[in-house]
Amino acid sequence: MTAAAQIETARQPMLEMRHISKTFGPIRALQDVSLTVHAGELHALMGENGAGKSTLMKVLSGAYRPDPGGDILIDGTPVATGDPIKARANGIAVIYQELSLAPNLSVAQNIFLGNEPRRFGIVDRDQCNRRANEIIARLGVSFSAGDSVSSLSLGERQLVEIARALSTSARIIVMDEPTTSLTSRETDRLFEVIATLKSQGIAIIYISHRMEEVYQLADRVSVLRDSGFVGTLDRADLNASRLVSMMVGRDLSAFYKKDHRPPDSKRAIALSVQGMSDGNLLKDCSFDLHKGEVLALAGLVGSGRTELARLIFGADRHTSGTLELDGKPIAIGSPREALDAGIAYLTEDRKELGLFLDMSISDNISMGVLARDAQAGGLRDFATAERRAAKAVSDLSIRTRSVQANAGSLSGGNQQKVLLARLLETEPRVLILDEPTRGVDVGAKSEIYRLIDDLAKKGIAILMISSELPEVIGVADRVLVMRDGTIAGEVMASAGQPLSQEAIMELATGAAKG
Amino acid sequence: MTDKATEISAGDQAVGRSRRLRTAFAALGMLPVLILLAAGFQFMNPRFLTETNLLIVTQQSSINIVLAAGMTFVILTGGIDLSVGSILAASAMVAVMVSLVPEWGMLGVPAAILVGLGFGVVNGLLVAYIKLPPFIVTLGSLTAVRGVARLLGQDTTVFNSDLPFDFIGNGSLFGIPWLVIIALSVVVLSWLVLKRTVLGTWIYAVGGNAEAARLTGIKVPLVLLFVYGVSGLLAGLGGAMSAARLYAANGLQLGQSYELDAIAAVILGGTSFVGGVGSIWGTLIGGLIIAVLSNGLILAGVSDIWQYIIKGLVIIVAVALDRYRLQAGART
Repeated sequence: MTAAAQIETARQPMLEMRHISKTFGPIRALQDVSLTVHAGELHALMGENGAGKSTLMKVLSGAYRPDPGGDILIDGTPVATGDPIKARANGIAVIYQELSLAPNLSVAQNIFLGNEPRRFGIVDRDQCNRRANEIIARLGVSFSAGDSVSSLSLGERQLVEIARALSTSARIIVMDEPTTSLTSRETDRLFEVIATLKSQGIAIIYISHRMEEVYQLADRVSVLRDSGFVGTLDRADLNASRLVSMMVGRDLSAFYKKDHRPPDSKRAIALSVQGMSDGNLLKDCSFDLHKGEVLALAGLVGSGRTELARLIFGADRHTSGTLELDGKPIAIGSPREALDAGIAYLTEDRKELGLFLDMSISDNISMGVLARDAQAGGLRDFATAERRAAKAVSDLSIRTRSVQANAGSLSGGNQQKVLLARLLETEPRVLILDEPTRGVDVGAKSEIYRLIDDLAKKGIAILMISSELPEVIGVADRVLVMRDGTIAGEVMASAGQPLSQEAIMELATGAAKG
Repeated sequence: MTDKATEISAGDQAVGRSRRLRTAFAALGMLPVLILLAAGFQFMNPRFLTETNLLIVTQQSSINIVLAAGMTFVILTGGIDLSVGSILAASAMVAVMVSLVPEWGMLGVPAAILVGLGFGVVNGLLVAYIKLPPFIVTLGSLTAVRGVARLLGQDTTVFNSDLPFDFIGNGSLFGIPWLVIIALSVVVLSWLVLKRTVLGTWIYAVGGNAEAARLTGIKVPLVLLFVYGVSGLLAGLGGAMSAARLYAANGLQLGQSYELDAIAAVILGGTSFVGGVGSIWGTLIGGLIIAVLSNGLILAGVSDIWQYIIKGLVIIVAVALDRYRLQAGART
């Protein structure tokens, strides 16, 4: 711990949450959680999905009122709870995962949305722009107050959200998984801004599932589990296995499971992709995928990985290129044809492109095989659907009260398993998984890795797109790296040497040209 | 795992009970509103709850319920069909004109249904394959098909006082009017398709998340073609029912703004305007609410002008209450 940090802990904390509990009817969402945060500190908050992080932050932001006995103190003074407006006046700002900007308006308009500086009752546009530029200058970013938000990247939009928080003189900023949809360059930019904020004495509560980020940023880490407080670690005491076991309450020594590997290069080719282009981003992508292999498709966000997967699956049209499945040429013009051929695709965006949130888990799981299961006259076979769902629930340990519950009622990890179950019902020979563990908690992650491993052992060819390098290295046999719509290169494990993180990053960023 | 299960089982049961209550309440939907309205009108005029009057109410609501059943299919996919009133008019014209052909008069009914199906399929093709917005496509056909209906009879009223299928509009079976039997059969058949067939599940899936449906291998354009086809077909059936009731059809006046009553019935029935959520039973109740309101207000002696105002307000208030109730349920 640095000397400065020591002085800070000795000082009165900026924020104290004491004995916070929150019950909803018979459900206990938080049980006696206490948290202290100091000025200029980045306090990471970790825990599996459903551990209570979001509830705690909603109590902080005033969206929920804590049960009697819980207090929030700012600078040592108790403040009103359960009042979002007072919370904001007390300097608390929350930046949610789903950004809440109006893209058609300018940066300045967004920063002061609902809080516009006025003169004679009319919005004072000059003052608006001037003050917006002052705040933007504090963040040291490249866009300006007059830019339209629609012209900004996702990462820049996040910075607008932070600017909006600063415009209300926020002193405690909560960031909920801020890097989920950012490229690595944007993430670096965000981290610089975070450092600037800290140097200005602003406290940051940072919710994240990503270990590396927490290592890089956190001064202290608090862990929640099953609605309760597990503990707080100082930066000096951080260590991966300790954090993981605090989060899941069990040892995850075999976190990544990879024992499907019969190490030979003579495995039959399942899918051969030759010269795929989409007339836009993708240019002449070719590769072979072997049976029983987990091939990772790595690269930066925007390098064309998802686009390539969608071309193979027939979700988008290709302008040139051919596919061979088990040595026979096939033409795929739609997802239906791909599924019929035995190619299944797990989308990276399960809520927008995957699940039917208002429909039952059972319907969601059977959706791809309804026609195959149908009785005479196109009638639904509910018994078979129920059986499929029950089997999937036990095979993939989907945690739910009933297969008739809506898919929208499940946590992220369980939703992901439902989506995986739907794909598996189509009995694919080639499985394309796009970010299979995005937004999924640690426990479900390890279960998904085990599932991938089992499927590979059964001889299914798996193409896995992932932005998390430890996952790529932990799960894949071989790695293809994409850059700017082309396949930049391949990384293989050599005798006794694991896949190299550095080699992948060099290919992805173009650092190793030639 | 097991000890955890026993730990939470007590709370679990309580949650399960309140959830069951809530789903039962949600399934009831607008039924309490219908009952309250009926009780209120009975209080104002004891003639309301008589057998004769109830038969009139159900008969009056039957054509709207048939249109609203088709509309339910369309709205479940997140679409809209504004052309049903015009299609009804054109189909009724065809029904009466065919009924005038000696010996072949009975073919008026299937002819009307086929004409309706034809217009519905055109709507469906434009929405599903040309990918035009449903509102715009059916707004266009609302106008164009109205023109066709007028063209069919050279802009006059066509009559047939000796209509071979007039029993549909004025006859009864075991004391139940044929119009009511047809409307109920349409509702039951719609329920069967929506809840018991693969196609029905696809309709909900397309309305819930069209892109996810496509990636799941569902042929989304075919599903859309089907729902607009059904809506057109049922509008055609409505045309035959209307012709059979009136012994006549007029391309200009018949079915004016029927689409609005059909949409109102669907929305009153709790079907989500963005698609994916809703039920045909709700539509049935929604259609009955509209009919009870019209009939009850007349019996209560309310003037024509005020009937419009009250009907409009009831629709808004009922749906607002429904939203509020559902939100209250979701919040806990």
